[in-house]
Amino acid sequence: MFQLFQYQFIQNAFLAGSFVAIVAAFVGYFLLTRGLTFAGHALSHIGFAGAAGALVLGIDPVFGLLLFTVMASVGIGFLGKQLRERDITIGVIMTLMLGLGALFLSLYTGYAERAYSILFGTVLGISRGDVLVTAAFSIVTLFLLLAIFRPLLFSSFDPEVAEARGVPIRFLAILFLILVAITVSMSVQVVGVLLIFTLLVGPAATATRLVTQPLVAIAIAVVLGLFYTWLGIFFAINGTWPVSFYIAAISFFVYLPVRIFSPAQKTYV
Amino acid sequence: MFEIFHQTFVQNAFLAGTVIAIVSAVIGYFVVLRSQAFAAHALSHIGFAGATGAALLGTSSLLGMFSFTLLAAFGMGALGKRIRGRDVEIGMILSFALGLGVLFLRLYTNSASEAVGVLFGSILSVTRGDVLLTLFFGVVSLVILTALFRPLVFVSIDPEVAEARGVRVQLLGIIFMLLLAVTVAEAIQVVGVLLVFALLIVPAAVAQHLTHKLFHTFFLSIVLGLLFTWGGLLLAFLTPYPVSFYIAGLAALTYFAAINLSHVFAPHREEITRHPGREVRWK
Repeated sequence: MFQLFQYQFIQNAFLAGSFVAIVAAFVGYFLLTRGLTFAGHALSHIGFAGAAGALVLGIDPVFGLLLFTVMASVGIGFLGKQLRERDITIGVIMTLMLGLGALFLSLYTGYAERAYSILFGTVLGISRGDVLVTAAFSIVTLFLLLAIFRPLLFSSFDPEVAEARGVPIRFLAILFLILVAITVSMSVQVVGVLLIFTLLVGPAATATRLVTQPLVAIAIAVVLGLFYTWLGIFFAINGTWPVSFYIAAISFFVYLPVRIFSPAQKTYV
Repeated sequence: MFEIFHQTFVQNAFLAGTVIAIVSAVIGYFVVLRSQAFAAHALSHIGFAGATGAALLGTSSLLGMFSFTLLAAFGMGALGKRIRGRDVEIGMILSFALGLGVLFLRLYTNSASEAVGVLFGSILSVTRGDVLLTLFFGVVSLVILTALFRPLVFVSIDPEVAEARGVRVQLLGIIFMLLLAVTVAEAIQVVGVLLVFALLIVPAAVAQHLTHKLFHTFFLSIVLGLLFTWGGLLLAFLTPYPVSFYIAGLAALTYFAAINLSHVFAPHREEITRHPGREVRWK
């Protein structure tokens, strides 16, 4: 089985998948503690319009994704929590963006195949160039997350006290959402716009059910994320079923027993 | 421009669209009232697995969506009010259902346009048989909703008091989720899995921003649903762009206009929650 790794597309898939899994699990932990999982889901859908628009213009979809998700995350960050019916407003923005994506797709003459790969991921079709872009953005995101780690954790668990202590919570919230946007854009390559949840929230949701200490939870989430991604790519190479199905299924069936059998006192959401 | 109505597919699109717009607007009122927008969103994604599974088995995609969404709705309804705020759990189930849909699609065909049709709607390919099925389920849903109207409003606004008064809260919750499942499956035909929000949530949300009177809200949300659907279909027939883009665009523009206008038309939003249990003290 190890001769598989001689193929460049498999090396690329594993490299990009690993970077994405690590960053997504790390960011996912904070998404969960901040109760922003729906926003993460929405960001990926908003990114779809950007990716489809980039296809029409003939640019790499990753840059369209980055542009739209970063803009949307700044918007969501400024709207803040005060906005009434936040979920409905995010839902409407998401719907508008998906409609826009549908429009761009109809303008794009290559149509269905590329659209499909944005929606459900194409980790096996990733190029060495994409791997480098993914690696660069992942390392920058991880570095920034580590730099703001303590104040971010503080403001996630107790925003009022953090603010009273002089932590710039507004700035942290917006910076964090921008990091989420970058992570979402990277993850789309692996699992696609529609299955972001499986890599972004799945590992962290399982980890926070198992342990309470933030560092241990993040470590477990990263390990789980890598495990889902590697196993998913491995199965997909050896079988005929798509990678994103395997990742979604593994993520779900690891979460399910943990969710059912873990003590229920911990609820972040 | 009226000669387009001589074509059968145009008639089918308008007939199915009209039925779906009305039923979605009525159901949507309760979805917004019961804050189940995310559950509706999840049901539509689960419908994706149903539609692709049906394609795999060679049956009608509407039937496939019905069976999957009804099953999921039964589960969600049985969980009852414990489902509120469970974004993570719903999100995990939703992702798994989508993953399953991807698998079914791969097993059935390698054609990606099938997937895009389910995801973004395919109203222009609705058959006369689909129209009749839609009409049948639409009428049944509306009849059941009318029969359950008063207790359902009561339960949606104040489940505790309703339960104390002997209303079967859990049973009503399950029945409502089943109706929602049927409606979502039908709405997927028009706007697709990803844009169900535009027909199901937006008309009711806009109406609740503009008026507080119960029947005005219903009336307004039906009118808005019909406007979005008819407007979207007409624009799509006259221009080369897709129906779902127009419906989503019209819905979103109306919503953001309504948010800004709500200060003018309906300054006291809280009043809507006071309807059936006037003697109850409100928090």
